[in-house]
Amino acid sequence: MDSPGGILALLEADGVVAGYGETDILHGVSVTVDDGEIVTIIGPNGCGKSTLMKTIAGLVKVRSGRVRFRGEDISGAPPERVVGKGLCYVPQAANIFASLSIRENLEMGAFLRKDDYRGRINDMFGLFPDLAQAPGRKAHTLSGGQRQMLAIARALMLDPALLLLDEPSAGLSPAMLDMVFERIAGINATGVAMLLVEHNAREALGMSSRGYVLAGGENRLEDTGPELLANPEISRLYLGGR
Amino acid sequence: MTVRWQNIGGKLPRLPRWWTPAHTAAAVALLVVALGILPVLKMSLVVNGVFLGGIIALGAIGLSLVFGILNFANVAHGDYMITGAYVAFFFIDSFLPLLGIEGQGLGPFTFGYPLLIALPFGALAGAVAAIALDSLIYRRLRLRGANAAVLAMTSLGLAIAIRGLAQIIWGTQVLSYPRESRQVFHLPLDVRIPPDSLFIAVVAIILVVSVYLLLTRTRMGKAMRATADNPDLALVTGINTQRVIWATWAIGGGLAAIAGVLLAVSQAQLLPIMGWKFLIPLFAAVVLGGIGNPYGALVGAFIIGVTMEVSTQWINPSYKPAVAFAIMIVMLLARPRGLFGGSGPG
Ligand SMILES: Nc1ncnc2c1ncn2[C@@H]1O[C@H](COP(=O)(O)OP(=O)(O)OP(=O)(O)O)[C@@H](O)[C@H]1O
Ligand SMILES: [Mg+2]
Repeated sequence: MDSPGGILALLEADGVVAGYGETDILHGVSVTVDDGEIVTIIGPNGCGKSTLMKTIAGLVKVRSGRVRFRGEDISGAPPERVVGKGLCYVPQAANIFASLSIRENLEMGAFLRKDDYRGRINDMFGLFPDLAQAPGRKAHTLSGGQRQMLAIARALMLDPALLLLDEPSAGLSPAMLDMVFERIAGINATGVAMLLVEHNAREALGMSSRGYVLAGGENRLEDTGPELLANPEISRLYLGGR
Repeated sequence: MTVRWQNIGGKLPRLPRWWTPAHTAAAVALLVVALGILPVLKMSLVVNGVFLGGIIALGAIGLSLVFGILNFANVAHGDYMITGAYVAFFFIDSFLPLLGIEGQGLGPFTFGYPLLIALPFGALAGAVAAIALDSLIYRRLRLRGANAAVLAMTSLGLAIAIRGLAQIIWGTQVLSYPRESRQVFHLPLDVRIPPDSLFIAVVAIILVVSVYLLLTRTRMGKAMRATADNPDLALVTGINTQRVIWATWAIGGGLAAIAGVLLAVSQAQLLPIMGWKFLIPLFAAVVLGGIGNPYGALVGAFIIGVTMEVSTQWINPSYKPAVAFAIMIVMLLARPRGLFGGSGPG
């Protein structure tokens, strides 16, 4: 799918085939994200959502197809090159350095920055006040919600143009969940585009301009956020509706 | 509840939840027995054990760091030690004399000041060798997805190869750094300390503190801890993990090389087999401290060093490695994660 209006998309995954070992998990998936947009991917467990994220981030090799970021082909680029271009990724699990302190996690997030990043750390403490309370605390002592905030803050240290978030609300209490979605909307308002994988599809699609439904490693459906929310089949399958 | 190394330097760990009055009674009983044994112990052996612990620590810390990042046991670590020891020997014996630098006594120490010049070159050789072997061999195996067993077997092959090379170049006979003096310091409690031991202690302390500062204060050190903690996340964070691996090898190889020189100084001899023999205390210290935990390895090294030396009061000194081996086996059976927990979260 071409980006709407024919303008160069920020991220364009085109017919991506990827997998582990001998098996292909993605059989030609295409996704685009435009500047400043929030795009959500939903789909059943094991359909390859995380694999798509890992492939875009450079952790899993693209076997066929193409990933372009700001028009530049990044399929096959090692992860540290992808990050350097302003595409930062928050994995689904193990997304913090557990034995490092909060501050050290953020310092690692700034690993590629050559300038003074202390201001950026303070910005993150402003955005996530929980993290500011004891920056020397080891990350493994944090609560689930705090870990998620630290993971997002770590990925924001490089001032990315696009953030890949793999299930940021997984395992959070309802109150925490609202908080995390509120922060995601806030970060997006500063101009950071987002590609979101979410099981809380209703909340995620509600703030997305567009969404994709993935199934069996293939694109099943693509539409605007509101249309997907209104789609009875989607509602039945993924939104817990009847 | 395990006491984790993250607690070191922080708040003292509280008593574990399973602690009962019976444990307190047992601890008191142990203390009484220990106090009974203490006067019987030759303090000299304890002190020597502490110095030996310093040498073990330098090797074990590097071994543990490498394990933390690459997840395999480098069986060639003892042979990285003799690499340093023999390169230092080459400098003292052949190269420095060419430059007109010859042995002269250095205060009370057995060695002359050429050793001080040779020591950094030995360390450099250890670091360069470790990086070169990674680039030539381990890195290629990693890129092909080799598992820990393959890497460990490879390091076994390397251990044999390095030792063989040392035998070809320097022969199998016992060598020694020139010995200029044979003084001994006499302390109370019948403790006699060879001055060399003090040198070993100072070098070990400087290096251990340096490694601690490196790991906690520098960008590369933090990146090393981050990579050991979560390699995939390190990659997507933008950390060049190959550079981190080389930095780890440089530190591990350099520390091992210095440990090798210090071992040759303290034993007053240099033999190709020395590194291989030293591997058991090294691994015992690493296992005791929790595999992949460098601070644990430090504590483990002193426990192993003291136990090995003190054991000679009752058993033949040639069984010293067996003592270390026994501790390691008991530890693996009773508490495989070591006294302080291994690497990684959880
Ligand atoms: N490292 C791996 N090695 C081999 N197979 C894997 C690996 N990671 C995932 N898989 C397999 O790939 C398939 C897709 O997994 P993926 O994690 O991408 O699914 P997902 O859509 O993110 O699921 P979930 O909603 O549970 O997070 C699954 O069958 C999974 O078992
Ligand atoms: Mg997933």
